[in-house]
Amino acid sequence: MNPEILFFFEVLIGGLLAGVMYSLVALGFVLIYKASSVFNFAQGAMVFFAVLSFVGFMELGLPFFLALLVTVGLMILVGMATERFVLRPLVNQHEDTLLMATIGLAFVLEGLAQLVWGVEVRRLDLGIRDEPIMRIADATGIFVSVLDLVAGLVAAVMVAVLAIVFSRTKVGLGLRAVADGHGAAMSIGIPLRQVWVFVWAAAGIVALVAGMLWGARAGVQFALVGLALKALPVLIIGGFTSVPGVIVAGLIVGASEKIAEVYIGPYFGGGIEGWAPYMLAVLFLMFRPEGLFGERIIRRV
Amino acid sequence: MTMTDEMSAGAAPRPALSAQPILSVRNIESIYDNVILVLRGVSLEVPEGSIVALLGGNGAGKSTTLKSISTMIGAERGRVSKGSIHFRGERTDQLTPGDLVGMGMVQVMEGRMCFGHLTVEENLIAGAYTRKLTKAQMREELDRVYAYFPRLRERRTSQAGYTSGGEQQMTAIGRAMMARPRMLLLDEPSMGLAPQIVAEIFEIVRDLNEKEGVSILLAEQNTSVALKYANYGYILESGRIMMDGPAKALAENKDVREFYLGMSSEGRESFRNRKSYRRKKRWI
Repeated sequence: MNPEILFFFEVLIGGLLAGVMYSLVALGFVLIYKASSVFNFAQGAMVFFAVLSFVGFMELGLPFFLALLVTVGLMILVGMATERFVLRPLVNQHEDTLLMATIGLAFVLEGLAQLVWGVEVRRLDLGIRDEPIMRIADATGIFVSVLDLVAGLVAAVMVAVLAIVFSRTKVGLGLRAVADGHGAAMSIGIPLRQVWVFVWAAAGIVALVAGMLWGARAGVQFALVGLALKALPVLIIGGFTSVPGVIVAGLIVGASEKIAEVYIGPYFGGGIEGWAPYMLAVLFLMFRPEGLFGERIIRRV
Repeated sequence: MTMTDEMSAGAAPRPALSAQPILSVRNIESIYDNVILVLRGVSLEVPEGSIVALLGGNGAGKSTTLKSISTMIGAERGRVSKGSIHFRGERTDQLTPGDLVGMGMVQVMEGRMCFGHLTVEENLIAGAYTRKLTKAQMREELDRVYAYFPRLRERRTSQAGYTSGGEQQMTAIGRAMMARPRMLLLDEPSMGLAPQIVAEIFEIVRDLNEKEGVSILLAEQNTSVALKYANYGYILESGRIMMDGPAKALAENKDVREFYLGMSSEGRESFRNRKSYRRKKRWI
């Protein structure tokens, strides 16, 4: 095959797989946004908190799966605490108030994690090699990393599970109802508190998975908090309320930033990977503010 | 029971007041943010199986009364600071809205508040959230509600946010009925609806009352419609009950006709001949 085209595909696939990792981070945002119309500023901090705790438990000598289980339990606790101390006192308050509260929560989680586990960068070894699969490389000439493939697979499974929970289960119906109106949901007896604990715990677990995959690649460090920023264009493009939208948008962001870097970057002196997705997001905000799959903003007069 | 002795003396006896009322509110005061006293001693009773109307103008305290009863007031930084509320013989002021739904009381909030992004049918299914139903039972319950609201069956797959105001009100009432309540609190069911739709909705409410035996307490500004369908009425002004009586007697009462129905003894009165400051006489 023509090396030019081959190179393009390699860039594209690398971008798509990196995009899946963005999707995973963005997924946590969507969960919470759907159930409470709150943009959770603390999602990045939750990713950091979760994976740092996981690594911490491993260092204490817990075997992999036990550490995973303990961390999942911890994230459920964080969800419960968030409901009790942040959400409950703010019931029926304006969404902006809740947004500010999540900023506070982010600082608490970041501080707490570093207080307990220390500030140095850790390595996380998931036993998955971050190197190209030779069989694919030999057959097609395209280099694909094992870690990327695993991340894609994990993301696909999580999205499928969440999509089913949202559309087919009672809890999912409750979540969507609460998202449309706290008061109305309360008035028909939907237990707001349980719904919120559920959704924050789920977002915490998603954060853990995202953190483990990112941590395996980039090391477990404070910079993970900044990942939340990469999720922002994903959310804007996919729509804040759509689980499948986040996946598609993650792929778009991943692919477009790599392609932009390789093909357009040289004209700007390189380094446009960092901001290209935001330009795309701005375009979306101008022409399709609800995103690709987001719920249309319903406004009747 | 205030100011009404001479009036109710000549009127028909109250419906079924001898039996224990399904809801009794005794002298409650409700306060928001610990400073804004909205209700200043409201007492009312809803006899089992009746329709009771709570009337009054803007800001009279109708919604606050309903929210105090359903305990939804707690979510708006308000609380009942005095008095007591009993529903089916049990004191309820310390319970949550969820508890009350379980006991058989559901409030349909003002402004309908459908779940806009859910379909009409999903809205109804959400109404049965507190009940454990099998698929077949759920189907049965849906059919029961659709029987009262044939329009909803037609629109069941539409997103509720895109249906008409009347359909949204029906969705909200139907959703409440999915919990199999013994009592409904309806807050301004006529709000923003065309007279024809208002009549349609009130007919259904009466139907629910007669066939399902649901007791109904409704807050309304539309006095004439409310008195047409209710058995008994209370008139609220500035957080106090100013007058109460059987609906028929209230509809014939001279003051009610003048202030709430816009009529005088010679029929509909023109306000053109009146000086503006005299138009609104108040009791306090």
